Amino acid sequence: MEYVISVLLSGISVGGQYALIAIGYTLVYGILRLINFAHGDVFMVAGLMGIYFTATLPFGEAIPLVIIVTVLLGFTIERAAYKPLRSAPRMSVMISAIGVSYLLQNTATYITGGQPMTYPVIPVLSDTVNVAGTQTKWVVIITPFLVLVLIFGLTQLINRTKVGMAMRAVSKDFETSRLMGIRINSVISVTFIIGSALAAVGSVLFFTNYPAITPTAGAMPGLKAFVAAVFGGIGSIPGAVLGAFLIGICETIIKGLPSSWDVSVFSDAFTFALLIIILIFKPQGLFGEAATDKV
Amino acid sequence: MSEQVLKIDNLKVRYGGIEAVRGISFDVKAGEIVTLIGANGAGKSSTLRTISGLVKPAEGSIIFEGEDITAKDPTAIVSKGLMMVPEGRRIFPNLTVLENLKIGAYLRKDDLEKDIEMVYGYFPRLRERSWQEGGTLSGGEQQMLAVGRALMGRPKLLMMDEPSLGLAPIVVQGIFEIIRQINDAGTTVLLIEQNANMALHVADRAYVIENGMIAMEGTGKELLEDEKVRAAYLGSSSS
Repeated sequence: MEYVISVLLSGISVGGQYALIAIGYTLVYGILRLINFAHGDVFMVAGLMGIYFTATLPFGEAIPLVIIVTVLLGFTIERAAYKPLRSAPRMSVMISAIGVSYLLQNTATYITGGQPMTYPVIPVLSDTVNVAGTQTKWVVIITPFLVLVLIFGLTQLINRTKVGMAMRAVSKDFETSRLMGIRINSVISVTFIIGSALAAVGSVLFFTNYPAITPTAGAMPGLKAFVAAVFGGIGSIPGAVLGAFLIGICETIIKGLPSSWDVSVFSDAFTFALLIIILIFKPQGLFGEAATDKV
Repeated sequence: MSEQVLKIDNLKVRYGGIEAVRGISFDVKAGEIVTLIGANGAGKSSTLRTISGLVKPAEGSIIFEGEDITAKDPTAIVSKGLMMVPEGRRIFPNLTVLENLKIGAYLRKDDLEKDIEMVYGYFPRLRERSWQEGGTLSGGEQQMLAVGRALMGRPKLLMMDEPSLGLAPIVVQGIFEIIRQINDAGTTVLLIEQNANMALHVADRAYVIENGMIAMEGTGKELLEDEKVRAAYLGSSSS
């Protein structure tokens, strides 16, 4: 029983961390119809910055600084690599995104020398706590709540504010949005800023639990988060969050099965198989819109 | 009332190598309804899209209230009080009716309550449906919403691209009635239409566009009575 609880707890926690990354994919896709392949690497860079900044600054300053610099990075990537290609075919932008992804990975290799870097022990988050008889880190408990608070804030922003309304409008119709006076590029920048900020928060939570960061450390969580976004119906925020929690829990359960079954090494394959099965029955994902735009 | 609101001089628009608009000049005076009529592909839509800043002209100038707005971006043009009702209505299907109205006032920072009431006054149906998503409205209601949305920007000049397109005749009549009311309330209107009969009846002045050039101009009444216009655009039997 205790074992089951601990597996579930860590599954929910991993899911929450994926959710924070997945929102960045789904928001950008919703507006630009672009799979931002660099997003997982932005997440990795945020992790590395967490290491470097906490080495010289107190945590209370280092972590906000990680978020700010990650936001600047996301903003700059969009302006430098995607905006000039706004009227180019979507495939070109995607290739640009792949290029940025490699640029970030290679730069990380250059700076770290390719060595796995140890993520700092962050007070409170890394402390252990006893829940229902199982030992776990505070980050596991805090993550789902923090994720829910952030998502609540984000949905309020999107549904209640003027910039949120503009984001929803732009996601449907660039040209008419311009006729309303909306500056498309500002709205797109806001999208990247939100996605990057959430990825930065996600990096602190994620790497506290998985302490070593390599230059490719963003690839797998990024891919899983992307899958979560597709699974939930890309473009949909609730979908991405639900998808992320499902994938996190599923993968942790498979990893936690008795070792005599010898399946834990296949946890990623099982997760993807599940995804494929669901997409066969719901090709648009859980909350995806059917592609029927009434004109 | 004869102050010039909009003055287009020798406007040329090219897409790739094709010249869609080949040197159009016309003007719109304060308080008027001016219509551009012409066949599909004559260059009417390109002209409006260029005025609203969506398309950059190859040559020519666009003067709005004495200010050169040629090739300015749409945000700057909207902020000067020039709103467009786009072809095909293009309401935001995922926004509620009320949000669609509010987004028409995107650049405004003042209170919108009075304007929303004004729009609901013109189109009571929109009030009933204010919480519905735009995409659930019928074609006629969407056209009302598109007009209401543009009015929310408090336009000095309202441009309408084919408001009758795809609507039932009775709905079209309603829309034109509203256009006249909006104009009576002081908004200058530039209308492009394939439905020349309706457009000429409502317009103070009209221009006929053929192959990207102005072929004829006159008051709505003059053109309604013109033999060539009747033969080409009204069908010889209509009056």
